[in-house]
Amino acid sequence: MEKWSLMTITVLLGLIVRWTVSFGSYSGAGKPPMYGDYEAQRHWQEVTYNLPIKQWYFNTSDNNLQYWGLDYPPLTAYHSLLCAYVAKLINPDWIALHTSRGYESQPHKLFMRATVLIADLLVYIPAVILYCCYLKETSTKKKIASALCILLYPGLILIDYGHFHLGFALWGVLFLSYNWDLLGSLAFCLAVNYKQMELYHSLPFFCYLLGKCCQKGLTGKGLVLLIKIAFTVVASFAICWLPFCTEVEQILQVLRRLFPIDRGLFEDKVANIWCSLSVLIKIKNVMSPQTQLKLSFAFTFLTLLPACIKLTLQPSLRRFKFALVSCALSFFLFSFQVHEKSILLVSIPVCLMINEIPLMCTWFLLVSTFSMLPALILDGLLLDYVVTTLAFLTVCATSFSIFEKTSEEDLQLKSLSLSIRAYIPSFKAFPKIIKSLFIVSVTLMGILTSMSATLNPPQKLPDLFPVSVSVVSCLHFLFFLMYFNAIVLWDSRNGRNQKKIN
Amino acid sequence: MGIVLSKCLNLIHSTDFEVHRNWLAITHNLPVSQWYYEATSEWTLDYPPFFAWFEYALSHVAKYFDQEMLVIQNLNYSSQATVFFQRLSVIFTDILFVYAAHECCKYVNGKRPGKELLEKPMFVLAVLLLWNFGLLIVDHIHFQYNGFLFGLMLLSVARLFQKRHLEGALLFAVLLHFKHIYIYVAPAYCVYLLRSYCFTANRADGSLKWSSFSFLRITSLGLIVCLVSALSLGPFAVLGQLPQVISRLFPFKRGLCHAYWAPNFWALYNAVDKTLAVVGIKYKFLDPEKIPKASMTGGLVQEFQHTVLPSVTPLATLICTFISILPSVFCLWFKPQGPRGFLQCLILCALSSFMFGWHVHEKAILLAILPLSLLSVESPKRAGIYLILTTTGHFALFPLLFTPPEITTKILLMLLFTVYSFSSLRALFRKEGPLLNWLETIYLIELVPLEIFCEIVFPLTPWNLKFPFIPLLLTSVYCALGITYAWLKLYVSVLTESVTVRQKAE
Repeated sequence: MEKWSLMTITVLLGLIVRWTVSFGSYSGAGKPPMYGDYEAQRHWQEVTYNLPIKQWYFNTSDNNLQYWGLDYPPLTAYHSLLCAYVAKLINPDWIALHTSRGYESQPHKLFMRATVLIADLLVYIPAVILYCCYLKETSTKKKIASALCILLYPGLILIDYGHFHLGFALWGVLFLSYNWDLLGSLAFCLAVNYKQMELYHSLPFFCYLLGKCCQKGLTGKGLVLLIKIAFTVVASFAICWLPFCTEVEQILQVLRRLFPIDRGLFEDKVANIWCSLSVLIKIKNVMSPQTQLKLSFAFTFLTLLPACIKLTLQPSLRRFKFALVSCALSFFLFSFQVHEKSILLVSIPVCLMINEIPLMCTWFLLVSTFSMLPALILDGLLLDYVVTTLAFLTVCATSFSIFEKTSEEDLQLKSLSLSIRAYIPSFKAFPKIIKSLFIVSVTLMGILTSMSATLNPPQKLPDLFPVSVSVVSCLHFLFFLMYFNAIVLWDSRNGRNQKKIN
Repeated sequence: MGIVLSKCLNLIHSTDFEVHRNWLAITHNLPVSQWYYEATSEWTLDYPPFFAWFEYALSHVAKYFDQEMLVIQNLNYSSQATVFFQRLSVIFTDILFVYAAHECCKYVNGKRPGKELLEKPMFVLAVLLLWNFGLLIVDHIHFQYNGFLFGLMLLSVARLFQKRHLEGALLFAVLLHFKHIYIYVAPAYCVYLLRSYCFTANRADGSLKWSSFSFLRITSLGLIVCLVSALSLGPFAVLGQLPQVISRLFPFKRGLCHAYWAPNFWALYNAVDKTLAVVGIKYKFLDPEKIPKASMTGGLVQEFQHTVLPSVTPLATLICTFISILPSVFCLWFKPQGPRGFLQCLILCALSSFMFGWHVHEKAILLAILPLSLLSVESPKRAGIYLILTTTGHFALFPLLFTPPEITTKILLMLLFTVYSFSSLRALFRKEGPLLNWLETIYLIELVPLEIFCEIVFPLTPWNLKFPFIPLLLTSVYCALGITYAWLKLYVSVLTESVTVRQKAE
């Protein structure tokens, strides 16, 4: 069948799954007084429409920052404003100042879902399709399969807001793969200005582009490129922040909202090192906030530095993509005030590599969705989670035949295993180890899911299930961190001499 | 594989949902003698006894989900557990449909098997059956149990292909007692079994050999049918309730057309009648006083009279249906072409009954679409007819889902199925040229503006209040044209094919 019809079918399938899942319950449904993230989005539309720009980030009598104050960069605010204009046309009650708090109705839900779907359709889905269509050295069947798997990734479907930032980041990667560096940096700046968590990806972008400039020679073409990129970055930031640039106090306040340093090392249960360690040692009690901050910074940078250095010295697109994953994962595991939904920032770059290392990518994506299980159960999305995850696993398993492709070359670990064999000559066991680990891991996740869903936790340990989910996911993530770092560090090929990977 | 994704567990419910909840309650709580008399709810039991027993069995499982749904007085009761259980039961019974589709796929006769999985006729047929938009919408969203009923039908067809005639007959008899709508295709079964099974051999030129009549076979068939009927209707005959059961099963008081006209011949008839009435009033041919005020597409189901053209009685529809079935039945009798001929006759019977039946529901088009899928992967001509029939038939199902969230779902699903059916059938028959001529293509493309008009433009115009039925009218008339065209085309192609077969034989 023709490629375009298969692609259309894939996109339609993705849309259908998203739309039907979005009719489940949403976060904070019917739970006064604070409701949930859905109410936050509605509230931002209310604030941005009714109040002047100067007041958006400040605590005033009209704008109570404790009740879902704006804590994302200006582009999110502009997007909410746009949605608010549309909402005003349909039903002004939805965004009336103060009186619309906690507004919940079927048409409003439809409106919010429609805005999310349209946002996805305009930015994220075209990026995925174009990326898959222009993958080099893959058959049509693999391209379609990759697109299908990426679009069916449960994590993104179950988390119900527009993923503009991920879409823009994807466009950035897409442009960079065509050597359109300026457009790529522009797209990435837009992504950062949409959600500040995109800074997790900033180091790989920076190192890759710096490395490219160095390759071209720091005195000639390289310097020109560097200046052009710097200019693009500064210009895009300036445009986005223009309304706030009048006073320094404005900028400072926005930064304070974006980076809430006084909130503490972690909140709730997240599959983070600090949260998992706190099962054994109560870090919050042992160290002061300043020390916590410094410690987390130190660990984060320690773990991501090797990959970034290698990327700067030998920039290649492939290494860039792997570095995206490892840096974001380092940030996720060790950084300050990480939200469990930030795992999506790691998952999307992993999705991009699904046709190269299908087994590991599928495994990672399953774990990332699993790590969000406590939040999903709280939002009433358990059934959707089970169905979409099973569907995803089935689609990936059949399209990429992941259980057969476990040779060392398929796992991209050839160089590493060669080095290990230099010390331990009889080490040949990678495929078997990985395969058995995968099966054990999936079984464990299944068991924990069913236990969380059906059993009640014992009285003394009310958080038993969320904590165990977090700890298990955290261990998996540490393993993946080592794996992806190993690939980047031991990878001796540059982008051009790749053998056929199919 | 496909069913995993069809678990669209949106917790919206529709009236049919309440219907089945009511039946669960009735069968669970009341003794058998009361089943067809119970009328607390407006949704009385109007399916044959086997279905009632099926609901009874389900109700025993339902106990574990939510006891409250089994109380008859709980009209419109719909807790989360209830909805979940109902939807789960549909998914579960669809397993039979999957099995039947699997059996049918074995008998597909592709011309050249493609190298890729996606191009094999078997695969295409499997997807066309399992992901059939109409079935998905009607069963999983609108809520009925058609999946396993069609499974039974397809399974009986498959058994006839496998020459296991007795099993096929048994399955069909059982099916008939589950849902009596399948009586539309009963003539095809009767004639085929009589002609090709009871008469064990043909003469050299293909015509009937009277001497080869086998009494054994006809008695075994007769025995099967009688046994099944006895099992189902027996208890009610003993209780003397047969007239009540029959009146519940065949409610002729309901009117020629449903509230939304099924896109059949009578829709066109009504439309012509209405136009003539309007024209007549305008040009003063008719006296406005004599015209009844009731609108035929109001929300209620009632009897009404036509204004200009003669009114239609149930007997008239019966006669029309009978006449329209005759050619295909004669074809099957005089020039049997084995199971494939039987399938063609079945489809034609279903379509003809859809065209001329009394109080036909637009869901009945699925009765013709699903078997036609089996033929569509075999020849390009059939594929073309299938595409027209299925696209218009599915489009005619749109008014079933009208709440805003469902609108997007139905459009997306319809697009998915249409894109897939067109591209896969075109890929299968790539060497035979285009499947549809330009007129047909334009007709199908016009569906898009029609949909935009009905769903988006019309509700925003002032006519919405005065004539709220216009979108429904337009949809049903437009689809009726398409379905009539497909029906005629199929008839012509079947009759001409059999003529050439006969000429070859002679």
